[in-house]
Amino acid sequence: MKVHEYQAKELLRKFGVPTPRGVPCFSVDEAVKAAQTLGGKVWVVKAQIHAGGRGKGGGVKVAKSLDEVKAFSSQILGMQLITHQTGPEGQKVRRLLIEEGADIKKELYLGMVVDRVTQRVALMASSEGGMDIEEVAAHTPEKIHKVFIDPGTGLKDAEADDVAAKIGVPAASIPQARAIFKALYQAFLETDSSLAEINPLILAGDGKVIALDAKINFDDNALFRHPDLVELRDLDEEDPAEIEASKFGLSYISLDGNIGCLVNGAGLAMATMDVIKLYGGEPANFLDVGGGADAKKVTEAFKIMLKNPGLKAILVNIFGGIMKCDTIAEGVITASKAVQLKVPLVVRMKGTNEELGRKMLADSGLPIISAANMAEAAQKIVAAAKGAN
Amino acid sequence: MSILINKNSRIITQGITGNTGQFHTRAGVAYANGKQCYVAGVNPKKAGEKFDDIPIFGTVAEARKQTGANVSVIYVPPPFAAGAIDEAVEAGIELVICITEGIPVRDMINTKYKMIGKKTLLVGPNCPGVITPDEVKIGIMPGHIHKKGRIGVVSRSGTLTYEAVGQLMELGLGQSSCVGTGGDPVNGLKHIDVLKMFNDDPETDAVIMVGEIGGSDEETAAYWVKANMKKPVVGFIAGVTAPEGKRMGHAGAIISGGKGTAQEKLGIMEECGIKVTRNPAEMGKLLKSALK
Repeated sequence: MKVHEYQAKELLRKFGVPTPRGVPCFSVDEAVKAAQTLGGKVWVVKAQIHAGGRGKGGGVKVAKSLDEVKAFSSQILGMQLITHQTGPEGQKVRRLLIEEGADIKKELYLGMVVDRVTQRVALMASSEGGMDIEEVAAHTPEKIHKVFIDPGTGLKDAEADDVAAKIGVPAASIPQARAIFKALYQAFLETDSSLAEINPLILAGDGKVIALDAKINFDDNALFRHPDLVELRDLDEEDPAEIEASKFGLSYISLDGNIGCLVNGAGLAMATMDVIKLYGGEPANFLDVGGGADAKKVTEAFKIMLKNPGLKAILVNIFGGIMKCDTIAEGVITASKAVQLKVPLVVRMKGTNEELGRKMLADSGLPIISAANMAEAAQKIVAAAKGAN
Repeated sequence: MSILINKNSRIITQGITGNTGQFHTRAGVAYANGKQCYVAGVNPKKAGEKFDDIPIFGTVAEARKQTGANVSVIYVPPPFAAGAIDEAVEAGIELVICITEGIPVRDMINTKYKMIGKKTLLVGPNCPGVITPDEVKIGIMPGHIHKKGRIGVVSRSGTLTYEAVGQLMELGLGQSSCVGTGGDPVNGLKHIDVLKMFNDDPETDAVIMVGEIGGSDEETAAYWVKANMKKPVVGFIAGVTAPEGKRMGHAGAIISGGKGTAQEKLGIMEECGIKVTRNPAEMGKLLKSALK
């Protein structure tokens, strides 16, 4: 689960990470009032969407008067902000963060992720803050310094100080950097984060170290123990189809193609997308129906896929295994009738009672196309989708 | 031979009183030598009772002491599953197979940390389990799609493993053992560990390695294969079409920072002498073509 910058900063402040003072706003009036309350002469108007790259997309502006705060806020609020992470359609800005301006002397990068190789939390820091860290990793990997934190001891002072010095924190500011590194690790653990980034972490003119931006993603599997974090979820930032799917225990991701796929198991679902592409088609989605592909789940899955106006055909690929193919066939038939399916449907089932399942599909009176294996299924679905054009 | 498990394995089910644990323990008992292999269940509140003919103990340590069990399989719900692994490790169980899906990553980091220096091997979590066909089945895979043979199968996913097995069976190729390592980022055995075991197993002639996007397990395994593997390995990676930054069902199946793409993995595997296919419908055929 993702949260907005202002929410991430509120969390980090609780753990002792210094940030600029700021106020989240939902209207231009609120934004101007917030700037007045904050005082000072410079404010930053920041679009709050979950995607990164907001500055480059025109979603972050420095205002030097209240008039400018007003102008920038009305410009940004409601805009379709397009960044490299939003896709070409962009994301509508519904919230702003108004912050006091900061005196930036140097921009640094600080991040934490779970490292799969060492199976520990990795702290990553770089002198190259404010830019896309993936660019830094690609071009100047030697400028990224890492500590794989020992879960038994936590981040040690010496490790923190060493990294701080390597990324160019002056000696006088190292104790502050150390405290921030440790606070971020504490926040990461206590909130069950999967990723936490402060980019940039700045050195201010007065030597202070401040988190100028913040991003935190949480481990979905751990949300059961964080009801307070779940409340921070902003459904406006998520794909409605994915939200709808999750209500029925379906794992769904929208893609750009026109062939809907309904598969059991994440690995087989990805492989099904791949085989469609290999035979010249384009998958419209990833959909893992999970362990039990019963009539209700298949019906809901069909409904969600059919909301996509570009959908030309649906491929069902189920490796039955323990689930019987006649049960799956019954589910598919019931679902097809329930949604009055108009697009071509190819079904590939494998497992117990395969023959019976196929006979049920054939006898159903519905124009369901059967396929014996993945290759045949892919050929048939690609042909069906093209025929429907 | 085979790897990890065989007809002499003695198994404890942790979570034997839940629906999933009961369903799959029954299926395991019904498969091949299962009746001798499944010797105990654990539930602190039901110690002294029985599930079918299987005695239930209060702790893993007690179950191990009373039955001599050396393997444990875990169907405990996610909030308690890492604790269940810890308990099995503490009790000195040799092999722990954790089926549970949805364990918080932080719990697994702590569990893996506690396992340092311990002899216990962990498979999973979020995995289908391990099967040595016609001997013993531990996990949620359908037993009947397998038969005994000389091909090793290792995979991060469940149904895609069954797909690979199904394709092997259509070509008449049985399996020595099939291991699902699981879809989570912090887990037990990786591809490389399982490949090492297959390499040393005199009853395995060749291995099919099925991977997916995310992480670098397949790359690490490929470099090891290049330097050490004496048997043919073929591979497939799911997720060529997966976009960056979108988690494809499994917590571990995500491309981030341009790393962990299927293309990159396939390229490295090819460089390391592993025959790969980009067509998931041809995993079986590819393996057959690699046999001498």
